[in-house]
Amino acid sequence: MKGYFSHGLRHGIPIGLGYLSVSFAFGMKAVGDGLTWLQAVLISMTNLTSAGQIAALPLMIGGASLTEMALTQLTINLRYALMGLSLGPKLDQSMKTLQRMIFAFADTDEIFAVASSQPGKIGKSYLYGLMVMPWIGWVLGTLLGGVAGTLLPAFVRTALGIAIYGMFLAIILPPAREKKPVRFVVAVAVALSLFFRYIPGLNRVSGGFVIIICAVLAAAAGAALYPAEEGNT
Amino acid sequence: MSWSLFLPYLAVMAVVTYLIRMLPLTVFRKDIRSRFARSFLRYIPYAVLGAMTFPDVLYSTGDMRTAAVGVAVAVLLAWRRKSLVTVALAACCAVAAAQAILLLM
Repeated sequence: MKGYFSHGLRHGIPIGLGYLSVSFAFGMKAVGDGLTWLQAVLISMTNLTSAGQIAALPLMIGGASLTEMALTQLTINLRYALMGLSLGPKLDQSMKTLQRMIFAFADTDEIFAVASSQPGKIGKSYLYGLMVMPWIGWVLGTLLGGVAGTLLPAFVRTALGIAIYGMFLAIILPPAREKKPVRFVVAVAVALSLFFRYIPGLNRVSGGFVIIICAVLAAAAGAALYPAEEGNT
Repeated sequence: MSWSLFLPYLAVMAVVTYLIRMLPLTVFRKDIRSRFARSFLRYIPYAVLGAMTFPDVLYSTGDMRTAAVGVAVAVLLAWRRKSLVTVALAACCAVAAAQAILLLM
């Protein structure tokens, strides 16, 4: 078990580097939208989630209700609940309730993916090590983007605006290519999202609720048509 | 943004996100039996990201033409299973190149 913390630390480095570039774009966007760099950094320090943080910006700027904020975060981040349920049985005896509560803070998509791909049971030393670099990368990138983003030339800033969406596409397209149900769910969600943007009347629904409605309807349609097989996460 | 408006949003975001991550790991330690619920939860991330990406990505650069170029490059590379960072940076470079071409025209 000795050196297990450093083992996790090392596994976190590529995740941290990836987060650095994406959170740079988040920090820049947040400051561009009217937050201070410190506010952007505080969001990243306490949330550690790309999609939820991006979705929060227009809600804050638009003065959305706290209920809408809570429901939006709940829907967008609901996937973490599934990951938690899936990762639970893989944790060893060292992961008691307190340790689980500490690790839960950093259970992101990428940390979950790395942790669950480890052979056998995993314990607190490895998981604590794994949390470190992604958190530092996410916070540092936000700081750099928030502080230095506005110093960049305009054409670089606008080009970076697409970075986060590039990451989203890199997450959804490979499984969509392989699995018909995923393809179906993504197509339905995108179609609904387009309806809500361009159809008069529907386009008055606020952004946070649009994501909730699209995601819940598309995932429910997918679950009804293509119920997933046992144990295949 | 004023701190009195910002802090309640920050608290709500952080608490909701944390509880979603923490409760399944600590409180509910048994498997979900409903096949529909399991499938639903599995499809949620793809649905969320799909709805968040379109049509917003087309407005992410301030010019739909450059955004379309960025999307095309990102889709092509993501389809070929390139890493998150590769796809994100290539999309940015494609947008920058498209901007340069538009300036020259």
